[in-house]
Amino acid sequence: MSTREYMLGNVAIARGIVEGGGQVISGYPGTPSSEVIGTLAGMKERDFYVEWSVNEKVALEVAAGAAMTGVRSVATMKHVGLNVAADPLLTLAYTGVKGSMIIIVADDPSCHSSQNEQDTRRYSQFSLIPCLDPSTPQEAKDMIPYAFEFSNKVQMPIIFRPTTRISHGKSDIELGPVEETRPAAEFVKELERWVMVPKNARIQHPHLLEIQKTMQEELENSPWNSLELADGAKVGVIASGIASVYAKEAVIKQGINASFLKIGTCPLPENKIRTLMENTEKIIIFEEMEPVVEEQVRIIAQETGSSVEIIGKLQGPVPRIYELNTDICADVLAEVLELERPDVPAEVAEDFDYDRCRIDLPMRPPVMCPGCSHRASFHVMKKVYGKDAIFPSDIGCYTLGIQSGTVDTTLCMGGSITVASGMYQAGEKKPICCSIGDSTFFHTGVNGLLNSIYNNADITVTIVDNRTTAMTGHQPNPGMGKLATGEPTVEVSLEELCKSMGAGFVETVDPYDLEKTEEVFKRAKEYEGTSVVITRQFCVIDAKRSGIRRKPFTIDAEECVGCKLCVNLGCPAIEFDTTTKKASINAMCTGCGVCAALCKFDAITEVKK
Amino acid sequence: MSAEGISKFDLVIAGVGGQGTILASDIIGKAAVKENMSVRAAETHGMAQRGGSVVNHIRIGCELGSMIPMKGADVLLALEPSEALRYLEFLSDDGTIIVNTKPILPVTVTSGLCSYPDVDAIIAKLEETHKVKAFNATELAKEAGHPQSMNVVMVGAVSNYLPISVDTLVGCVRDLVPPKTIDINVKAFEMGMYVTQG
Repeated sequence: MSTREYMLGNVAIARGIVEGGGQVISGYPGTPSSEVIGTLAGMKERDFYVEWSVNEKVALEVAAGAAMTGVRSVATMKHVGLNVAADPLLTLAYTGVKGSMIIIVADDPSCHSSQNEQDTRRYSQFSLIPCLDPSTPQEAKDMIPYAFEFSNKVQMPIIFRPTTRISHGKSDIELGPVEETRPAAEFVKELERWVMVPKNARIQHPHLLEIQKTMQEELENSPWNSLELADGAKVGVIASGIASVYAKEAVIKQGINASFLKIGTCPLPENKIRTLMENTEKIIIFEEMEPVVEEQVRIIAQETGSSVEIIGKLQGPVPRIYELNTDICADVLAEVLELERPDVPAEVAEDFDYDRCRIDLPMRPPVMCPGCSHRASFHVMKKVYGKDAIFPSDIGCYTLGIQSGTVDTTLCMGGSITVASGMYQAGEKKPICCSIGDSTFFHTGVNGLLNSIYNNADITVTIVDNRTTAMTGHQPNPGMGKLATGEPTVEVSLEELCKSMGAGFVETVDPYDLEKTEEVFKRAKEYEGTSVVITRQFCVIDAKRSGIRRKPFTIDAEECVGCKLCVNLGCPAIEFDTTTKKASINAMCTGCGVCAALCKFDAITEVKK
Repeated sequence: MSAEGISKFDLVIAGVGGQGTILASDIIGKAAVKENMSVRAAETHGMAQRGGSVVNHIRIGCELGSMIPMKGADVLLALEPSEALRYLEFLSDDGTIIVNTKPILPVTVTSGLCSYPDVDAIIAKLEETHKVKAFNATELAKEAGHPQSMNVVMVGAVSNYLPISVDTLVGCVRDLVPPKTIDINVKAFEMGMYVTQG
């Protein structure tokens, strides 16, 4: 029986949690982190507790509470989720944990699916909580059992920071043994440790500083840091996390004789850095995003009076923005060491990403699915509130409505209602109608709505309720009556929740019913105060999976006058022929019927069998 | 080209979200692991899946990073013609392009904002610089039994280039496709394989 399997990085991380004997796992979905909990919750047999929490702060606190009882816990999230969880994080550093706790925070260099590219290692420095930075999916899996053990040893939570290329990379993974022991949960009252009133915080802060050296020494000699001194090499390369495999490949390709320090921990292996400094004249540093390693290397150089030349992001040429790759590393090495890049002529490198070819290619942006109900909601919102209205929006599939003109702001999770009320309170006179998805509403929209109602903001809040957390892969949320594991649970009513916070106008409508939706939005617009419109219709992907089949529609070319009213919906199922000036419907139609309701010439009809 | 000490075979799979590029790369990745080779792959998930342009990298016999450098791929497998052009820079000068000639029009084109280039012109452009195997894989998939099996037709087409045995690949097709569609997909694989033979 082979113990080698081909798997996704996040599945490997989930496997690491199983191998390490994880007991309580919580998290909020966010690309590229979501598949960790998805994998654990989908396992047929499991001897751990796993949940989708309503947001990252909640997830981190659930995991912290579990670890206070002595068990092994994990909280998962994407990088921006850690901002939401930053409040408990920084004080958790003071309390520490009793069992073990890992905070998995997936970074997204290049913003493949994110609103910014912040570097979680900064939170590690900020909170003084150690961080592991994996270089491959295999190492990511192997680091998890280590992190449980290390966390328990130093009684501190550990941050684990994969990046998109780890989480969404695939690799052959050598499986390891599964930890059999399961510490029993038993909370022991220790007020000095668990109650962070000022008196106790003043005790815990110096303790946190004291243990830094112990943790650094332990991590220095962990398997995640390794130094190879090359004979006669004047150049040293330091690379952290995934950048180390890019740098390694670039060094091999360029045939450079260089010493190589691979880093996988923060605090950094300072002795190895000193040794490298003593043995080289020039150090080139590669790391994803922020110059965290570089800054420390510069500090060490100053402390030791080393005259080694340090090359990285602060003074270039290593870029501080977007993800690194082998080509960037090879380019940097070529520039710094004055070498040729025989594999890629300069003109190709310069053209890359911009003038891809001599034929103009059409842009292919991600779009809302054919039949997506958000499209219908947005269409009516725009019609009722007018194109001059302000449409603050949020984070989810509906952000793709940027092309429909109904996404004017996207700041952060839950930032739609609050931004909308701020605009109103500032004295903005234009109508304001914001949009937020069901899962995002449960995440942090609730607080914003409460605030908006309490402070009498005259805005409309549209909850585009597609009954799932669609963008990240259809995770359940509190409105669905379903747990992470698929088991049934209480179904939280959006209507009752909004009403209980004092909302005087709460109406629910099926956005496919354009007429009714328009009528509801008109009344919401007239309403003085915060009005809530819930546009509820299943996500089309979920609908298809659950067996809902609607008859597709077709356009009668005889009747079509080419007004483009349907085309302007931006549905991928509707095509426009620029020569015949007629619209048509392709095979992607899911039968939502919105275009048919819209057509003034009755040219669009259901396909008859 | 894949280089000694780095990788044995580097493949870029380009396509459109929804075409099944991830399944295609999974079949190949899993098959390589079955034959005791190490594999590194990179995939597009999340935002980019909603009908957007997607690209997967697969490196067989590689223990470094999953991202293939520019001009590094041995084969560019394009499930859609314009996507072949979009990711051409990844292909080595000596590399081969295997391309499905059936276009998928992006919303920017269907709504009349942009135009889609002539498919023959795309193929001609590709042929100016590289060896090209162009055919309508979607049509072959229909013949095999279902247009959705186009991705497996393309895996069959690239099988003649991979350092993996056909038996292992077909075994992985059987393991990974929905059970009801095994026969269709095995046929799809074979049809693709015949197209690029010789």
